[in-house]
This record gives sequence, structure tokens and C-alpha cells, in this order.
Amino acid sequence: MSTQPRALVALNVVSLLLLAASYYASLVYAPLEAVMGAVQRVFYFHVATAWVGMIGFVLAAVAGILYLWKKDLKWDEISVAAVEISLVFFFIAIVLGSIWARPIWGTWWTWEPRLTTAAILEMVYLAYLLLRQGVEDPEKRARFGAVYTLLGGISVPVTFVSIRIFRTIHPVVIGSGSAEAQGGFNMAPAMLQTMFFAIFAFSIIFVTIFWHRMRLSALANRVEQLKLKVME
Amino acid sequence: MIIVKKLIKRFGLKTVLRGLDFSVEKGEFVALLGPNGAGKTTFLRILSSLSRPSLGQVSIAGYSLPAQSAAVRRRLGVVSHMPLLYGDLTAEENLQFYGRMYNLPELSQRVDEVLAMVGLSARRRDLVRTFSRGMQQRLAIGRAVLHDPQVMLFDEPYTGLDQDASEMLDGVLRRVAAEGRTVVMTSHDLARAETLASRFDILSRGVIAASASQASLGTGNLLDFYKQVLGA
Amino acid sequence: MSENPKAPTSRPASNYFGAVMAVTWKDLAAEFRSRELLSAMLIFALLVILVFNFSLELDREARESVTAGVLWVTFAFAGTLGLNRSMAIEKDRGCLDGLLLAPVDRSAIYFGKALSNLAFMLIVEVIVLPVYFILYNPKNFFSPGFFGVILLGSIGYVAVGTLLSTMAVQTRTRDVLLPILLFPLVIPVLVSAVQASKGFLSGLPIGEIVPWLNLLVVYDVIFIAAAFMVFDFVVEE
Repeated sequence: MSTQPRALVALNVVSLLLLAASYYASLVYAPLEAVMGAVQRVFYFHVATAWVGMIGFVLAAVAGILYLWKKDLKWDEISVAAVEISLVFFFIAIVLGSIWARPIWGTWWTWEPRLTTAAILEMVYLAYLLLRQGVEDPEKRARFGAVYTLLGGISVPVTFVSIRIFRTIHPVVIGSGSAEAQGGFNMAPAMLQTMFFAIFAFSIIFVTIFWHRMRLSALANRVEQLKLKVME
Repeated sequence: MIIVKKLIKRFGLKTVLRGLDFSVEKGEFVALLGPNGAGKTTFLRILSSLSRPSLGQVSIAGYSLPAQSAAVRRRLGVVSHMPLLYGDLTAEENLQFYGRMYNLPELSQRVDEVLAMVGLSARRRDLVRTFSRGMQQRLAIGRAVLHDPQVMLFDEPYTGLDQDASEMLDGVLRRVAAEGRTVVMTSHDLARAETLASRFDILSRGVIAASASQASLGTGNLLDFYKQVLGA
Repeated sequence: MSENPKAPTSRPASNYFGAVMAVTWKDLAAEFRSRELLSAMLIFALLVILVFNFSLELDREARESVTAGVLWVTFAFAGTLGLNRSMAIEKDRGCLDGLLLAPVDRSAIYFGKALSNLAFMLIVEVIVLPVYFILYNPKNFFSPGFFGVILLGSIGYVAVGTLLSTMAVQTRTRDVLLPILLFPLVIPVLVSAVQASKGFLSGLPIGEIVPWLNLLVVYDVIFIAAAFMVFDFVVEE
């Protein structure tokens, strides 16, 4: 329990290597974009963290439903881990997006669908964590958390749709012919490769961090158990 | 009437009830005694269907909890140390509300009967927040017998009552029990419990540590019995 | 007791609608006695409008474009007061247990509370709207479309709010927690309601407003259904 399993140690190393490789790919391997210049390189990590954050969001909602069904606290731990990691990943995505936006759109922030929804999603996550903090009983905490992720899981897509009915100026990179989308760009094959590689790398990083977080939960439980033993 | 087998209740990693066995025949009046933190309130909440067992079997009047909880609740009357009454409604309105929740026929007649039984007919049109604690407790008992339950659970009903109010409560309790109902009452007041109950169970550290009938103990010996069981 | 004609076995099995109505009636009756919930909501709503007036310093034209927004923000904030208070009453005197002891499906409690919360919100709106009209005299104010949007939006808000307040009231952080939980989830309602309200107030053709109305209806239906399915998990122990 106290030392990391070998697989995890290996994953740590692999994650670091993938991260380094991604850096290299984004900054050196990928070609320079004609219109936007060097700042466009931020795109790869931005998309990767956003996508992986999205997976975390779905994972949290699904784990919540599974908890309500099976009543096994393991699912609750998975939900919390997913939310915490997703929270950070999305935050990174938002920050990178801002860095990209500043020179291109002339502003750090704009209230268009994807950004706004991302901000609301972060609020949902924070609310989730605050909700859990206010409940002592672990079983109740898990139940409330699951209910909230479920409601959030329904609400956030609906939010996205509702804001999207507004016009968007967010670059729709893949597959949109919308005339209102400014700042889109065509992707050279090397760029596509870099993007997918970044997504892959961050997925592995997510799994690694997730594993660490689950171990942290298990250790915390162990401490609780020992505390109770001592008190008796 | 009440059968409990190997009841376990956990809150997270803490186990409050550890394989509790308990049974009550129809018409018995059992006083459930024990130190604070022994699990009396937790146990009573499970019996009243407000809380779910973690493991074990509970059945009341032939219906099992939590599967058939609606059927159990129809036959159950609960008085806790909180009044469960609405301060901004009159005594009459409170009873009418609960009567409608229980879907009672000939409600106004029943409300009259119950008010008379607990000695509050004169105050029926007064707001409950003007009632003394003793009067509120009597009305609470009225609320609990409104639907003519076969089983009654009292959780520390004498809390906060002065001498007069306690004596009035004695009278009401005796009458309620005399009508053939099965009663389980928790109390810290050993002297009172001794005069009312036909059996005394002592709950300690999550199980029933000892049980003795009124007959076998003889009068005035309850306190010694209690100390003996817990001192060990 | 088995000879007793009022014995449990002879009672009708289902009492759902009666229970819902009983809970709603109880809330309304108790509130009309004390009026503390309504007066708090009302005063707060009027204060918010006042604050908006001074902080937004608008000329007539600009004001017209923000009327919908100001009103909905006001209702959203006043609404949390009502939601909090309504549940706190149950929790503080242990009455929530009393409700849970009734031999009726738990969701009846949800619907009963949601209906009374909706009633309180509508009462506040019915009073605030004419006041706003007198103060600012906006155009097209008294159109059925506008009132329809207010109703639909309030329904969505209260559907989610009642469920979340049931959770919030069981936590340590209580009153503070409800707005934090509620507002992120209720954004679609606010967006749609404000846009639809704006549409009706500025006399837009109905075709342009319909997408927002659709969204409101969809949201209301989805969340009432979700709350109904999930309420049990929020009150059991």
C-alpha cells in the first residue's frame, strides 16, 4: 500500500516522456501557421486538455449514476477524482484558450458558447466540491454528489445549446462551413498528427493522475479506519 | 410484531449498530435504555423507516424494511424529541394536515377525538407556536396516534418537560399503551420507564447487552440492574 | 383494533394527489399567517431593482434593452430566499421527518413543496411587475406572451431549486450553498427566459421567439422528470 505498484511507476515515466514529446511536437515539429503565427501552437495542448477534461466530466456523471445504482463507495471515489482532475484540465484549457485569443481576437475573453459553457462547467465542479464539503456522512456525501453530477450532466449540454443559439466567433476548426466562424484555419497533416498525439499524451497523463488520486483516496480511508480503531 | 435480526448500521467507516437482535411481541411496552452514543436514536430511526439498515433484517407487523416501508409507515406512529409540528398552524390544522397525508376517512371527527384524548380540545384554534413544550409534546403524540397505528415509537419523549407536563404525558402514554398498541420507548428517565414499561432492554455499544422483564426485576431494581449491566 | 373501521387495511391504497395538495396547502396556509417568507422575498426584490436603478444609470433606450435581464436577475435572487426558507422550516422543527413518515411516495413531498415554492415566486412576481411598470413604464409589458415566459421560467427555476434546496438544507453550509448549486444549473432558464422576454417586450415576430420558448419547455420537462426520479436519493438516509 505504501509504495507505488510497478505499473504506476512505469506510467509516471511514460507520462513525462509523452508530455515532453508533445511539447516538442507542438513547438518544433508542427509547421508554423501562416495567418496566426507562433501563438497558434498553443492550440494543441488547449484542445487536448479540453477533450480529456470532457471525458472526465462524462466519467464523473456516469460514476455518479453507478453509485446510485450499486451503492459502492468506490464509484463515488472515482467521481470525485474525475471532477478534481477535470477541473484542473479545463482550467488549463481555458487559460491556454485565452492566451491564444488575445492576439487573434484582441481580447482575453469573450462570452461565446464554448468559453461560457467551460466557465459554467468549472462553476458546477466547484459547487460539487463545496456541496461535498458540507456533508459529514460519507454515504450521504456520495449520494448528494452523484445527484449533482447527474443534474450537471444534463444541464451543461443544455446550457451549451442555449448559448450556441447565439452567434459564435470561436474558431470552428473541424468541419464547419459557418461564415460567422472567424479565425478557423486549415490543418496540415503534420498539425493533425500533433493534435492527435497531444490528445493521446494527455489521456495517458489523465490516467496516471487518476490512478494517483485513487491511491490517495484509499490511503485516506486507511487513515480513517486507523483513527476509529484508536478511538475505540 | 417487531423482529430485528443481526442489524448492522454503518456511517462510512464507523459502525454504530453491530449485529443487533431485538424482538417485541404485540402489546408489549419496551423501554430501550442505554448511555448516550450507544445507538438508540439510530436504532429508532431505522425502525421508523427514516434510515436504512446497512445489513440485517427488520420487520414490523409482518412487513419488512426497507422494501415495504410504505406499509410499515401506515402502521407506525412516531414521537421524537423534536415536535414535528408546524408553529404557524393551529393544533387543529396540524392534525388535519397529517390526517390528509395519511389519507384518513372522517377526518374532522377523528381530529376531535384525538384532541380530546390529549386534553387539548380547548386550545384547538391556537397556533402551535404559542404552546408550551408540554402541550406541544401532547399534540405530537396526538399526531402520532391519529392514524391508529399498531406500533408506536417514542424517542426521549420526556426531554424538556417539567413535572406537571411529565405527569400529563404519563397519563397519555398509559392510555395509548392500554389500547393494545406495541410500544418501544427510549428514555434516560429510569424511574419513569420503570412505571410504564413491561420490559427493559439495554443497548450498549451497538447491541442489546441485556433484557429483563418488569416481572423478573421487581419494583425499584431497575437502576441497579442498569448500573450492573453497564458497569461490567 | 382489528375491529376498528378505521384500521389501516381498509384505507384506499394511493393518496398521492391528496398528499401533494396537503403539502402545498399547508405551506400556503402557514405562510399567509406569518408572511415572513413573502415579505422577505418582496422587500429583497424591490431593493434589488432599486440597486439596479442606481448602479445602471440608464437612459430610456438602454433601459428597454435591459428590462428583461434586470427582472430575471431580481427573480433569481429573491427566489433563492424563498427556496431556502421553505426548506429550512421543515428541517428546523424536524418536520421533514414528519413528511417522510407519511405512507406516500416521497416524490409527493417534492411536488407539494415545488408547487408551493412556485406559488410564492409567482406571488412575488405578480407584485413586482406592476411596480416595475409604474417606475419605468416599459413598452409591451402586459402581453400574454411575456407572462407566459415568466411562468415557464419560474417553473424551471423552482423545479431544480426545490430539489437542490432539499440537499442544501441538510448540509453545514445551508443558505450559502443553495445559490452556488443552483445558478450554474439554471443558466439555460435564465438565458432563454431573458431572450424570450426581450423578444416579447420589443415586439419581435413570434417565429423568432419560439426557439427560446421551446428550450424553456424542454428544460422544464427534463428537469421535472429528473427531479422526480432522483428525489428519493436526496431524502433517504
